[in-house]
Amino acid sequence: MKILLEVLITGLLMGGLYALISVGLSLQYGVARILNISHGEFIMLGGMTTWALYTALHISPLLALAICGPLALGLGYLIHRTLFKRLLDRAPSFAVFEGNSMLAAFGLMFILQNIALIAWGAEIRGYSYLSIPVHFLGTLFGANRLLTFGIALAIGLAFYLFLNLTRTGKAIRAAAQDPATAGLMGVNINNVLALCFGLGAAMASVAGVLISMCYPVHASMGLEYTVIAIIVVVLGGLGSIPGSFLGGFILGLVGSIVTFLEPGLALVAYYIIFIVLLLIRPTGLLGR
Amino acid sequence: MRLGKINPKKLWVPGATFVVLALLATLPLYASTYSVILLTSILMFVILALSWALFSAPTGYISLAPAAFFGVGIYTSAILGKQLPFPLVVSLGGLISFCLALLVGALTLRLRGIYFAMFTFGLVELIKHFWLWYEIQFTGTRGRFVVVVPHNTIYLAMFAVFVLLLLTTYLVRRSRLGLALRSIGECEEAAAHIGVNVNALKTVMFAVSAIFMGAAGSIIATRWTYVDPYIAFNPLYSFMAVLMALFGGLGHPYGPILGAAIFAYLEELLITRFPYYYMLIFGVVLIITVLYLPEGLIGLIGKIWRRVRGGHYAAA
Repeated sequence: MKILLEVLITGLLMGGLYALISVGLSLQYGVARILNISHGEFIMLGGMTTWALYTALHISPLLALAICGPLALGLGYLIHRTLFKRLLDRAPSFAVFEGNSMLAAFGLMFILQNIALIAWGAEIRGYSYLSIPVHFLGTLFGANRLLTFGIALAIGLAFYLFLNLTRTGKAIRAAAQDPATAGLMGVNINNVLALCFGLGAAMASVAGVLISMCYPVHASMGLEYTVIAIIVVVLGGLGSIPGSFLGGFILGLVGSIVTFLEPGLALVAYYIIFIVLLLIRPTGLLGR
Repeated sequence: MRLGKINPKKLWVPGATFVVLALLATLPLYASTYSVILLTSILMFVILALSWALFSAPTGYISLAPAAFFGVGIYTSAILGKQLPFPLVVSLGGLISFCLALLVGALTLRLRGIYFAMFTFGLVELIKHFWLWYEIQFTGTRGRFVVVVPHNTIYLAMFAVFVLLLLTTYLVRRSRLGLALRSIGECEEAAAHIGVNVNALKTVMFAVSAIFMGAAGSIIATRWTYVDPYIAFNPLYSFMAVLMALFGGLGHPYGPILGAAIFAYLEELLITRFPYYYMLIFGVVLIITVLYLPEGLIGLIGKIWRRVRGGHYAAA
């Protein structure tokens, strides 16, 4: 019973991070129509920057959150304005744009990953932050895990409220439904799309900061997180924010249960879920 | 299709192709071992890019599965290479990839656009992780040693697969089959309406393109001598096939060949000393291609050629 509880809580803690990673990707695909294969590279940049700041300048990872988030927002915004907007203007249809933007994102992935490899090398980096054991529901957990879970949930909730309560959030939701009509209603569509891409990148890099607080990071870690984000987003429904959270928690739970039963098969289980889902219900659990 | 626009005199391209093929076929007779090994890798990438283009160029489906079929070929060689003769192993590599692709294609080619790309990408990772688990669980090792084959034999096998692929590409483009495939790419519903058996055709062509990837994998495995699931099912081979084909241009079969040859040579020059810079260049070229060269290098050459020729006519 105690082991079961431990497995479940581990799964939920993992799921919180998965959810945060996926919300960003879901936003980028749901609104800006970009399947951003380079998503994981923003996670990596967040994690590696935090490591560099912590080891070189002793800057707390919590402060790194406030540094990496806005930086990634700006970077993502710029990338969309320069690269993806050009592709969008030229593409004759959404299908062509989706294909081209995915390929461009591949290019971006290679560029970001290899800049990081040149700058920081391929070694696995880690630092110890708040790894104090804490009693929680009768079992022991690292304080850093609980803290990251709390932050991930808070950011997700804040973002949900932002989408539903603010004017900008309304513009984003309108653009998600129909970009052309949203433009006619006075939404500055280029601005909104670039903002969505930037927000996605910001959430990825924040997730990267949180990941670096619990796990070792390295310059080529991006792709594995991209893959997890894609699976979660397909599970929850492309473009659905609550879906991303639901999918993240489901995948986290599945991961920790399978790891408990047969450690080698956790990733296999993810892909089986992914493939079965694409075949049976490609719109996901909460997709439109 | 583009053939007429690129060459002014119809016999140039086939004639030049024949000469180049003859030179390549006799390469082991006059070239150094280094050139033979280099051309083996170049041909391997050419096969990956060209066989990717065989299915994906006319239909517009972006498949990220080449690494899966390539890896299946590699493991065919690793498992059966010691018991069976080399040509049989290569044929089996192609055949097993064909069967796998037939199964995968029948299941997934109903998916459109981005979903198909995601699925095929997931497939590579699924096979990789499942196989890693299987190897550790049941054979107790992570990797396997592959039987060693002489360089010249490897080269000639690779060349034979390349010639077969070139022939297949040519025949498909010239036939009603190619026309039907292009009609799927233009508009799938319309293709179905005019009587094209859309699903069967897509599945079969997807599987045919996998034959060559599998064969290339089972040949190159004998040069690598050691393989494990991370080496064999590396998604990079999918990305490379796609990029090389796009960079070269999908309008003509020579596009993927040109793109793959340039990048394979660049890899040879850079990968050992500056691996990160090579991959960085890779990314930059991919973005430039998507942004500015929608028809790839071959489209650009065609454009320049037409301009040069046009100027010549204007002067005369």
